Amino acid sequence: MIFNGKAIKYGDNVDTDVIIPARYLNTSDKKELASHCMEDIDKDFVNKVEVGNVMVAGYNFGCGSSREHAPLAIKESGISLVVARSFARIFYRNSINIGLAIVESDEAVDGIADGDKVEANLTEGVIYNRTTGKSFAVKPFPEFIQKIIEGGGLIESIKSGLIK
Amino acid sequence: MAMTMTQKILAAHAGLDSVEAGQLILVNVDRVLGNDITSPVAIKEFNKLGVKDVYDKDKVTMVMDHFAPNKDIKAAVQCKMCRDFCNEHEVTHFYDVGRMGIEHALLPEKGLVVPGDVVIGADSHTCTYGAIGAFSTGVGSTDMACGMATGKAWFKVPSAIKFVLKGKLNPWVSGKDVILHIIGKIGVDGALYQSMEFVGEGVKELTVYDRLTISNMAIEAGAKNGIFEVDEQTEAYVKAHSDRPFVAYKADEDAVYEKTYEIDLSKIKSTIAFPHLPENTRTVDEVGEVKIDQVVIGSCTNGHYKDLEEAAAILKGKKIAKHVRAIIIPATQDIYLKALQNGLLTIFIEAGCVVSTPTCGPCLGGYMGILAAGERAVATTNRNFVGRMGDVKSEVYLASPAVAAASAIAGKIAGPLEVL
Repeated sequence: MIFNGKAIKYGDNVDTDVIIPARYLNTSDKKELASHCMEDIDKDFVNKVEVGNVMVAGYNFGCGSSREHAPLAIKESGISLVVARSFARIFYRNSINIGLAIVESDEAVDGIADGDKVEANLTEGVIYNRTTGKSFAVKPFPEFIQKIIEGGGLIESIKSGLIK
Repeated sequence: MAMTMTQKILAAHAGLDSVEAGQLILVNVDRVLGNDITSPVAIKEFNKLGVKDVYDKDKVTMVMDHFAPNKDIKAAVQCKMCRDFCNEHEVTHFYDVGRMGIEHALLPEKGLVVPGDVVIGADSHTCTYGAIGAFSTGVGSTDMACGMATGKAWFKVPSAIKFVLKGKLNPWVSGKDVILHIIGKIGVDGALYQSMEFVGEGVKELTVYDRLTISNMAIEAGAKNGIFEVDEQTEAYVKAHSDRPFVAYKADEDAVYEKTYEIDLSKIKSTIAFPHLPENTRTVDEVGEVKIDQVVIGSCTNGHYKDLEEAAAILKGKKIAKHVRAIIIPATQDIYLKALQNGLLTIFIEAGCVVSTPTCGPCLGGYMGILAAGERAVATTNRNFVGRMGDVKSEVYLASPAVAAASAIAGKIAGPLEVL
């Protein structure tokens, strides 16, 4: 699993209400959701995000509501990977279940600034900051979760008999 | 291996003798819940699975509560999708307008959760049922879809924090003040990935409704679940709502807890969470002058009959401040009816409040009480994030029904004793 893209950085406690405000939850259309992604924290996000970009944030990313619309909107917007100090637990499992790559790392968050060029290899467990030349080791997922991600998410894992 | 309450319930539902923190397990679930916002996404995913039927038509549950009665055409389409799915799959527990309530008040009331159950719900406040000794937790729509198809969910067994409660609450202090006090103490990620387990002699001093409010907001501390030891009050409540046999799990004496907090209920004051995080708490005597525009009393957190009764006791014979809009939302039809029969609605209307049909509406900034830029609300709801109830420049202050009612009268944040 290799990722390449410019970093877009936020702070602590980025909640699901700012990722995708509830006023847009009257639809489950991914493209429409993505068009309002991060609107209440960063109106410019939808204009600046490019396919492959890496979102970097602080503690407790994705706290609040269980809305899967949040990781769906982030994924559909083009973000390939979210690196945070920690994730709220429902957001964490939702991301795995829908196949949005996420990883926890204090060092990477400390060592990546907004706009830096980031490369990540999650199979090997390393994130590179190509702007500063620094690299950060990250913990790989537990095997069970790795299987769900590699299986293409929870639905595909069940269909293929990986989970019975 | 010694286990916490939560670990015992999970082990029993995974068919294992014991489990330990960090272990990944596949668990049989007793109920799979969704609402009109999360279920449409789940239905789309369910249809991809190519499964003919839901795993158990009595265990899948859908409640139309977030944007129902339909707030607009798109909301109507989403509710219709849920309705059609439940008809097609003969889902027993589908709750539509007129029979619905806010899901986490409705399920215990209908006896759909009993102690020892495992419940997953595509709604973060599914953790509410820990109040009656169940393991329940919020999940996403994909989990809901797979739960509907297989009756199973994957979990990482959580470690736990123990809260030993002692003493007795003071008048006008309730479960909401207890949980806001705790979140203020440990922070919005203070229990991240963990269970919050509430034990001790103070538990019996809390009504089941206080406990429902406390467990409901466990997610606001990042917790996976918030569970209370089952006692006589729980048993009386459960038996009044369900005939189903149940198991009351107790933690082993030597169960391992990451941390233990002792909470003296008698020391807790009315507590308010300031914008924009539930951890920004101040006691009512530390608030200062905060003028308000709106009050909301309701939600899955505080829309129970007891909450309305508390508000009515303060509003009785009084008028709310001229510049305040007060919106009262009974959480279920039964609560609404009881409030009507016992004269509570008269008290509210005569005080100048509006009373709404059950809906999550304003809590998540959906409809029925949206705030403009610069406006402030005191709400008995559960989140005060940026833009939660409307414009990103509006503010939400979380409080108990007593503080909300008193604030409506005072026109600013106030404690009950300031207006009585």
